[in-house]
Amino acid sequence: MNERTAPIFLKYLRPNKAFPTVWCEGCGIGIILGAIVRALDSLGIDPSEVAMVSGIGCSGRMPVYVDFASMHVTHGRALAVATGLKLARPNMKLIVVMGDGDAVAIGGNHFIHASRRNLDMCAIVVNNMTYGMTGGQFSPTTPTGDPSYTSAYGTIEPVLDIPALAVAAGAPFVARTTVYHVMEMQRIIARALGRKTFSVVEVLSNCHTYYGKMTGMKTAVEMLRWMKESTAPVTLAPERRIDKMPRGVLHDVERTEYGEAYQELLVRARADRARVVAAGVPLP
Amino acid sequence: MPMSDPTSSEPAPRATDPRLAPESNVRFWDGNRACAEGAIMAGLGFYGGYPITPSTEIAEFLSWRLPQEGGVFIQMEDEIASLAACIGASYGGLKAMTATSGPGFSLCQENLGLACMTETPLVLVNVQRMGPSTGQPTRPSQGDLMQAVWGTHGDHPIIVLSPSSVAEMLSLTVRAFNLSERFRTPVVLLADEMVAHMREKVELPPPGTLDVWNRPRPLNPPEDYVAYAETPDQVPPMATFGEGGYRYHVTGLFHDQDGFPTDSPPVIDAWMHRVFRKIEQNLDLICSWELLVDGEVYDSSNAQAGLEAVPRCDLLLVSYGCSARAAVAVPRERARTAVLRLKTVWPLHERFMGDLLGRVPNVLVVEMNRGQMTREIERLAAGRSRVRGVLRYDGEMITPAHVLAAARELS
Repeated sequence: MNERTAPIFLKYLRPNKAFPTVWCEGCGIGIILGAIVRALDSLGIDPSEVAMVSGIGCSGRMPVYVDFASMHVTHGRALAVATGLKLARPNMKLIVVMGDGDAVAIGGNHFIHASRRNLDMCAIVVNNMTYGMTGGQFSPTTPTGDPSYTSAYGTIEPVLDIPALAVAAGAPFVARTTVYHVMEMQRIIARALGRKTFSVVEVLSNCHTYYGKMTGMKTAVEMLRWMKESTAPVTLAPERRIDKMPRGVLHDVERTEYGEAYQELLVRARADRARVVAAGVPLP
Repeated sequence: MPMSDPTSSEPAPRATDPRLAPESNVRFWDGNRACAEGAIMAGLGFYGGYPITPSTEIAEFLSWRLPQEGGVFIQMEDEIASLAACIGASYGGLKAMTATSGPGFSLCQENLGLACMTETPLVLVNVQRMGPSTGQPTRPSQGDLMQAVWGTHGDHPIIVLSPSSVAEMLSLTVRAFNLSERFRTPVVLLADEMVAHMREKVELPPPGTLDVWNRPRPLNPPEDYVAYAETPDQVPPMATFGEGGYRYHVTGLFHDQDGFPTDSPPVIDAWMHRVFRKIEQNLDLICSWELLVDGEVYDSSNAQAGLEAVPRCDLLLVSYGCSARAAVAVPRERARTAVLRLKTVWPLHERFMGDLLGRVPNVLVVEMNRGQMTREIERLAAGRSRVRGVLRYDGEMITPAHVLAAARELS
């Protein structure tokens, strides 16, 4: 922490509560936490207006460190809990942090329907291509053929493309970035937080402890180099990013937000109530 | 709204259409409608649910009625998400409820544990149908009693109420909210297909007469707020997310008083003791029941008189929910029969019940399962009375004739 970053961290984090973090040395999740608080600061959002909800796994531990209203809930259910909270507190800025297994394996159904419903919140999927907390088993995003602690002969399962799933299910804002591209990640998260939609930001992150160890990238540096070399900005011409994962804002459209639609529904319900009362019919 | 004898031969309620008498407070409703309206009367602000027989009408009514009252109705993608959303909404300051049945109740168990661990006030309605699995969706059962109590993993306190009539679908729904708010705990309303789908007379409480309780709110400013503080009554005041600058952490992990995860055995032990103590030291408030002896109805307000009257009987029937409708009809056919009708089926008031069960030679527990309550009653009787179950589990209602036949076999 230096003189420039200290005020931001003191404003948004809980320095006296839970530090140092539970994450391994060099873990990408801390980089994502930094990008989130800097993005909030760039938008001038007060910590009292923010809630962070997470599921289970390494990324699930993030809410302990932020000085927001914070909830660490059940595996895969963060989006469902956040849906109830957002509908109860429509003015709060909601950030939902999930891992890859959390968001699209056990929580896949909630991810699909949160994308479809389009309730205003920012879903950050920390994709480290493994189950880190349980010790390196393959996840729906582990590249096919990779060994893991539950795929001794290499995983034979195809990879789930998280942004493609989000777009197909209806999320209006979908982006992918990596923990190597820190400034890009911060800009994308700020843009997602600035929107009043369901926004998905997939962040490729490094689990050198398990995924990297099993696939020949035993240090954080090796994994960050892999992210640099295996991704390319989506703005590049397709022929210049062959065999590379596109990153950047992949999808950005306008769609009716659920909370706004609900406010309109309430207007119709109030009119219905007035009509019933005027007809002399008791409500209950 | 006491219901002493639902099978009495009163004339059937008329005036079914309130438009004929708009000033009347009498309605002819099914149990699911009564539950939905009771929830609104208790201050329901959020309903998240998923359709499932035989609870679906609760969601249908609330999709229409709750927005009229300015509340949030949302149909979630499954029952897991429904209860999860209720937890989020409850921390957002709204009284929250979901209603489900059998398979959906099984899916709720995961987040019921989260609600227990985070001391989240909410109401979970389980309109019981026959199980296991898809079972028989349109038949009543009481096979989920132990699941309601112990269905989520780990030791935890919980409150379970069971209505015997349409009127109680309303009054016990209100009570479920009151207890959940007062004690910061999930409350299960364990109804069944019979009380949910039958129609009966309901008298609405006159406006302004209903006792509605709200969760304790913090008196401390945010900087001094301790989210899970030890308080004299063991119920920590609950701040609303996004209101008044209260920023704190909520987790499904064992946590210290500040809400942060801990693996410290003394801290975990203290948490366990506190959450059980907050229920166990308030059994007089939480446990409600009716004791019928010689046509008199006793409850917790005159429990001693009830205990003294019971020795005139040689048989005590213990029942709850739909089965109690058969039990309360038995004394008309068989003299010297007392009936204990439990409205709170968990926790049990062990001191009162132990005393009561020691005062009669024979006890029959009337329920529609393989003896889930019978074993609890046997434990509490501790050998001082002979406890047998009158059990039925084929999807048909237990009748007074079944109970009478079992009573004849005793002698």
